[in-house]
Amino acid sequence: MPNKSIPRSESSPTETGRPVVYWVVAVIALLGLADATFLTVAHLTGDDAVCGSLAGCSAVLGSAYATIKGLPTASFGAAAYFTVFSLAILAAFGYAQVRRFLVLMVAAMFLASLYFLYLQAFVLHAFCPFCLFSAAMTFLLAGVLVAVPADR
Amino acid sequence: MKRFLPFVIIAAVALLTVGIATAVYRVKTRSAPAAASGATPAPAEAPEDPSLHVRGPRNAPVTLEIYGDFQCPSCALVSQAIDELEKKYGDKLRVVFFEFPLEMHKHAMEAALAAEAAAVQGKFWEMHDMLYRYQHVWAEATTVNFFFESYAESIGLDVARFRADRNAPDVRARVMADGTKGESRGVKNTPTIFINGTQLRTSFSPEEMQSGIEKALAAGKGS
Repeated sequence: MPNKSIPRSESSPTETGRPVVYWVVAVIALLGLADATFLTVAHLTGDDAVCGSLAGCSAVLGSAYATIKGLPTASFGAAAYFTVFSLAILAAFGYAQVRRFLVLMVAAMFLASLYFLYLQAFVLHAFCPFCLFSAAMTFLLAGVLVAVPADR
Repeated sequence: MKRFLPFVIIAAVALLTVGIATAVYRVKTRSAPAAASGATPAPAEAPEDPSLHVRGPRNAPVTLEIYGDFQCPSCALVSQAIDELEKKYGDKLRVVFFEFPLEMHKHAMEAALAAEAAAVQGKFWEMHDMLYRYQHVWAEATTVNFFFESYAESIGLDVARFRADRNAPDVRARVMADGTKGESRGVKNTPTIFINGTQLRTSFSPEEMQSGIEKALAAGKGS
């Protein structure tokens, strides 16, 4: 059988084991990006209506933890999800060297999500569904990367 | 071409995200451009209307106007923050409250009517504080009459008169007038805060309010 794979030059991406995993990661990151972007815009416009009548939601989004150095906390989430999306796309196209950064990024997000869950449960005593969705996306990302190792 | 495809995808997602976010931001803020630019500050336009709900001296250098909904959880939080700011700034700060009950909150209108009925007996702020303090109690109740009347009793209102005033057309008209005025100023949700006529873009944050007050004080000194 002739090898029909694309010939590589030195600058070409190298082969990754399972690119499908990275596409899955990219899709999950897109969902997280949409959620975090929505929260960022809602914060910047001061739009409390996103919470409807959910008391806990407003308590979380109106808390001191909703901003970091004057910037909406959600904007950091949006940046993180966009980074994960970009790395996953590069990995899916064979840029194997980015995989390490992808795993490190998701690990950092995993820890951040644990911290924000702790704040909601034990400090604010209130939960925001949009924040829980973001945490779920991060846990899913971590789960996918752990359960389906991409290289062999 | 395939070498560039991932970068094209990443750039497309970045542009799409920024584009959609910017468009949504503009739509949500379009209704209040005048206040944001400070072009037509519709400020504390009060050559004191006696029906206004005001705390603080008339000649205070900073007037903070809040459009609030008593069933809005963020409004309750912001109310606490405003209490702290009033303690901090003393006579430099004047607070004006406007009713803006949102339809999505099932008891918001009833609460606004209760506050206005208390105002008829000169106890608006006492009822205002009770409604926010016990918001978590009455907000999810099926009916609120019992709660509101017990608050009325505890702040020393004539409860029979309070009950009658809650249903009075002029009390309802007072609430509606605040709502109409708010809409004309671009208010769409609660809490919405104006400091010396300029709308704060993030009503959530106590730091933002404090920063707005400091800026207003600095502007007052400079002029």
